[in-house]
Amino acid sequence: MTIALGFLAIILATLLGWLLKQTFNAAPWEMEVVSDTAHYGPLGGTDKSKLIALLTLLAVVSSFFALILSAYALRMDLGDWVPMTEPQLLWTNTVMLIVASGVFQWTRNAAVKGQQGRLQPGLLITGVLTLGFVLGQFIAWQQLQDAGQFITSNPANAFFYFLTGAHAVHILGGLYVWARATLKVVLGTGDSTMIRRSIELCTIYWHFLLLVWLVLFGLLLST
Amino acid sequence: MSYVAYADRDHEQEHHDPDTFITKYIWSQDHKVIAIQYGLTAIFVGLIALGLSAMMRLQLGFPDDFAFINPENYYQFITMHGMIMVIYLLTALFLGGFGNYLIPLMCGSRDMVFPFMNMLSYWVYLLSVIILIASFFVPGGSTGAGWTLYPPQAISPGTPGIDLGILMMLASLAVFIVAFTMGGLNYVTTVLQARCKGMTLMRLPLSVWGIFIATILGLLAFPALLVSAIMMLFDKTLHTSFFMPAISSMGIDPGYTGGSPILFQHLFWFFGHPEVYIVALPAFGIVSDLISTHARKNIFGYRMMVWAIIMIGGLSFIVWAHHMYVSGMNPYFGFFFATTTLIIAVPTAIKVYNWVLTLWEGNIHLRVPMLFSIGFIFTFIHGGLTGLFLGNVTIDLPLSDTYFVVAHFHMVMGVSPVLVVFGAIYHWWPKITGRMYNETLGKWHFWMTFLGTYAIYLPMHYLGFAGVPRRYFAMGNTDFLPDSAQDLNAAITMSALFVAATQILFFVNMIWSLKKGPKSDPNPWDATTLEWQTPDHPPKHGNWGHHLPEVHRWAYDYSVPGYKDDFIPQNVPADAAPAGREHDGDQ
Repeated sequence: MTIALGFLAIILATLLGWLLKQTFNAAPWEMEVVSDTAHYGPLGGTDKSKLIALLTLLAVVSSFFALILSAYALRMDLGDWVPMTEPQLLWTNTVMLIVASGVFQWTRNAAVKGQQGRLQPGLLITGVLTLGFVLGQFIAWQQLQDAGQFITSNPANAFFYFLTGAHAVHILGGLYVWARATLKVVLGTGDSTMIRRSIELCTIYWHFLLLVWLVLFGLLLST
Repeated sequence: MSYVAYADRDHEQEHHDPDTFITKYIWSQDHKVIAIQYGLTAIFVGLIALGLSAMMRLQLGFPDDFAFINPENYYQFITMHGMIMVIYLLTALFLGGFGNYLIPLMCGSRDMVFPFMNMLSYWVYLLSVIILIASFFVPGGSTGAGWTLYPPQAISPGTPGIDLGILMMLASLAVFIVAFTMGGLNYVTTVLQARCKGMTLMRLPLSVWGIFIATILGLLAFPALLVSAIMMLFDKTLHTSFFMPAISSMGIDPGYTGGSPILFQHLFWFFGHPEVYIVALPAFGIVSDLISTHARKNIFGYRMMVWAIIMIGGLSFIVWAHHMYVSGMNPYFGFFFATTTLIIAVPTAIKVYNWVLTLWEGNIHLRVPMLFSIGFIFTFIHGGLTGLFLGNVTIDLPLSDTYFVVAHFHMVMGVSPVLVVFGAIYHWWPKITGRMYNETLGKWHFWMTFLGTYAIYLPMHYLGFAGVPRRYFAMGNTDFLPDSAQDLNAAITMSALFVAATQILFFVNMIWSLKKGPKSDPNPWDATTLEWQTPDHPPKHGNWGHHLPEVHRWAYDYSVPGYKDDFIPQNVPADAAPAGREHDGDQ
């Protein structure tokens, strides 16, 4: 459980640090003049509700994966664990996800600069690459099945299927939001500000899931 | 577009009031309606769980007199009672119910930041409840694995409901977690982003602080339950061996290869212990506001109260293994977890002292909400003290499987939060419905519930010390117990049935109030917090009419020296209070 605890320590330390800054030396019973921005959220005087909701969601998802990794670490110490050889295809998939994340960042930058013409190709390339990743993961599963490596064959296999499956489900969730934004761009409907914010948030989510995948992949390769 | 703050953007928003019955009361996106939906559903399942406990008590008090209760049923009753009470009643009621109602009103916002997701949260919660209740009626019945669902027995032959029952329980939990996450994201974002002008974090009422920190705990802890539920589903349906050891079950090899049941326990309690505080922290916050309001005195040590909530929340993540002393662990780990467990007593005791010090020399009005709040202080101290016993490894080992533990956790996280729930319902009832209830009936309800629960749980401590085992359907080979133990059991059952029946008073009072109760003032308790200052009573959709409130002071300006009234609402500016100020900042 050390991994989960380490993760929690980071989250809680961030939260505590911020709360301390907010509350230290505050004397709420005194009638001090409150500046106009004092009621605003943690990121300054702006409405960043969706960003905060996304970051909170990322904390929840991180907690989810950190706990699986904790379970992984505990379970692999038991006698029946046989390390699994990962399909080579995972490397290709990883490259696809890295490029997808990069293109998303490029699209986001274009959106921020107001270069509308780049949005459609950027979003479509990202979508294709990401779908390619999910498909690639599925093919990797097929390859394992063909090689007789089933989910019940060994706990290492069970964790492999669980981790990759859980990660893919999160990607699919992201693709749902991506599809809504892309549809608006392709059809030319929707407010450009909303589309830009949607792309900005999706980019953060993509980078996050890439990071999660790199951690998972590293762990799978090293154990 | 440059971002503008939520409260500043208010005048740009168009507020469409829902106009049909369905959009107003069924598919409603109004936080107040969603709160009531959450509340009613939670209370409904809570009543089912209450009925289950009555049947368990019938068996324990009068063994063999009730033919319809057999060992299988008994374990199903235990399991469903525990799970419903902890998750589907208390978690849902405090966060989905009170969280939804109070956060936007107390923060001075029009609604939750994401109303559609908020609505979805309720309907997904309802789905989880339907799956849970449906599991009573499937072949084999609901699971009887105990609310902790420990493998291997949870999915091994011999335990009731190992087919559909356990599957539906796990599915229901997963669905509940999705619902909670949608609600939780809303609560956190609303508290952080949608507070009205002047409402700094340190001007928030403690109710919001308790709900806010409990939500963060829930968001970080529920994934542990989700992970364990998914892995157990795999063990059950796909025959993986995450948790299932290599066992032979009734002479048959089920094909598991050597999983770790202890791993499940770690994951479960990593969720399970913070869960105690997910229920307790909102109760702490609410009771602070109730005590301050009805004692006409500012809460003692506000900043300390906020920080105690935060400290308790943080510490609750590093004590989980105190639930696993009997599973066996490295003595150094036992020492570590015993130490952290006992350290939690420090911020908790600070809170208790501060409640008592708030009462000290206050102008105490013994109205119904206040009675329940003071009752809570008693039961919570009581349950907390027995927690000090059980936090120590050497004392926990002999007591762990006895009724002492049942008495402890029912006092600390059963009776105590439920007393706060009642206090809170009585306190905010006039705001929610616009009507008053019958005070006398409310007081009868309090005294019978409070004394009745003591009659149930106080003797259980003695039974525990005497060695009466918990979880048993019948005593079996327990010759070391005197016959009087069974007499005590019968008395406890009578008390339990009495307390269960007493709750009828509450429902009669509330239904009477809805139909014939006198109309209440907009602020019947002369309270300072924003929800009592709404232009409409009860508040309408959008809460604040044309203009959002502006906050000029903290939530606890009661009996401020030099002022005419004994309370100054949060939205009253410094120069608009009824009289000049004699003393500055020395309340």
